[in-house]
Amino acid sequence: MSAAVAVTMERVDDQGREARGAGSAPAAPEAGPDEEVGMNAKAAQADKGAIRRRGAGWLRALARVALPPVLGMGLLIGLWHLATLNGGGIPSPGKTWDAAVVLFSDPFYQEGPNDQGIGWNVLESLKRVGIGFGIAALVGIPAGFLLGRFALLAQMLNPLISLLRPVSPLAWLPIGLLVFQRADPAAIWTIFICSIWPMILNTAQGVTRVPQDYLNVARVLKLSEWKVFTKILFPAVLPYMLTGIRLSIGTAWLVIVAAEMLTGGVGIGFWVWDEWNNLKVEHIIIAIFVIGVVGLILEQVLMLVARRFSYGNS
Amino acid sequence: MKKIVQIENVTQSFDTRNGHFVVLRDVRLDIVEGESVSLIGHSGCGKSTLLNLIAGLTRPSSGVMLCDGREITGPGPERAVVFQNHSLLPWLTCFDNVLLAVERVFGARESRAQLKTRTREALALVGLTHAEHKHPHEISGGMKQRVGIARALSMQPRILLMDEPFGALDALTRANLQDELMKILAATQATMVMVTHDVDEAVLLSDRVVMLTNGPAATIGEILEIGLERPRERLALAHDAQFGECRAAIMEFLYQKQVRAAA
Repeated sequence: MSAAVAVTMERVDDQGREARGAGSAPAAPEAGPDEEVGMNAKAAQADKGAIRRRGAGWLRALARVALPPVLGMGLLIGLWHLATLNGGGIPSPGKTWDAAVVLFSDPFYQEGPNDQGIGWNVLESLKRVGIGFGIAALVGIPAGFLLGRFALLAQMLNPLISLLRPVSPLAWLPIGLLVFQRADPAAIWTIFICSIWPMILNTAQGVTRVPQDYLNVARVLKLSEWKVFTKILFPAVLPYMLTGIRLSIGTAWLVIVAAEMLTGGVGIGFWVWDEWNNLKVEHIIIAIFVIGVVGLILEQVLMLVARRFSYGNS
Repeated sequence: MKKIVQIENVTQSFDTRNGHFVVLRDVRLDIVEGESVSLIGHSGCGKSTLLNLIAGLTRPSSGVMLCDGREITGPGPERAVVFQNHSLLPWLTCFDNVLLAVERVFGARESRAQLKTRTREALALVGLTHAEHKHPHEISGGMKQRVGIARALSMQPRILLMDEPFGALDALTRANLQDELMKILAATQATMVMVTHDVDEAVLLSDRVVMLTNGPAATIGEILEIGLERPRERLALAHDAQFGECRAAIMEFLYQKQVRAAA
């Protein structure tokens, strides 16, 4: 605090001295030749200067946004490089990069059910997540609306949900295997179970938080139940619903890798396990990056959708 | 004059965690066709509760509420409400907000084109034709309140109920909207009940000012007839003796007879 004050005072002092200096010196001579340049040329010069400055500003803005993440990534790779200098099980960044180049040069090859390109594996996992998540949305969102609308239902089911929600989705996998007798539906079942809770809870919360004002409008206008739903309830709940969907997708993508490790078949989780058995550790590292990137893309896409439906309220 | 709303011996109480709480007791009031009535009183006296009772948003604990001779059992479009915080649906344009009300009231009888014409007319009445395709968050607070008024008027209600409609606006916008409201009421011959805490607003806009005593268990303390000629001019009234007397009478009620303990 006191340091800052001191600095400011010093600066004021400097300016004061400068001002005094300028006052005692003859009026600025460097203004002279500038005035002789034609007005147009001067304007053009100013324009060019502005453009250059704006260009530089744009570059600087880009650098300010992009530089820190690049630095962070560089730091990670640097540490990784240092850690692998003395050999050991973990492959070096260079070796991983070479493996990635080979891997991504043909991501969609197919040589039998257990040897497919990484592209197929990712798509297969996405398909499972899509199906499991889709069914969860079909069940969870209407359930959320019902829970939000009818207090009795909420009182009945909330304790159940509180009990089941903290359970690791993988604990449900054996039940799925038992019921469906096959690995694939069991994995989808696991995704279903883990992605249904955030959608139920967020939708229900959204319904209970619909502003009373809007419902009063509906009452004064005596809107039909259908109109209340389409014009008031649904749009008001949509942002909450989308938050639920975003959380669900995130969890589903986390869980699918683990589920596939246990169930096998084609899929990024199984692929990681397979590469572990083949001791291709560089492929596991690549898979980690791929899983991260896909998760990031899913999240960003849903954020984009959510922004589209957020209303500047009141 | 025909009575539109009759309020007879109405008492409103709530059971709260701290026991039985009487908001209003023994309220008797008739509202006749074409008149403008203001409800004024200190905050918490239950004036909004009384308005909600007329709107049918809440039901009285005892007593009778009639609208056109029939008991008020719930809200209805013949008693249009302009809410304090405009209550426009943010995901609909101004046009669609009004259309929603128009559709409900006239949808069964009129064509799509007629409904749209009605909507446009209502928006034109409040001077918002240029903003009909904007969303509520794109327009100012005063404009939002205008849309709220347009929505209420578009239903051609028997009575217009306004709950501190201009309370959230700045003084200049408020004066502007008050003037426009007076013109609209004169043009449409509408009946209006308005909750306000602004003495000038009450005198300027009303034929009668209903003054409520302090709560709990508030009731009507005095009713002041405002005999001022219409149309009323804000500027001319500033120096009008009768206006001053009305104002003084309300202030006397609020600040002498119903002294409010500092909250």
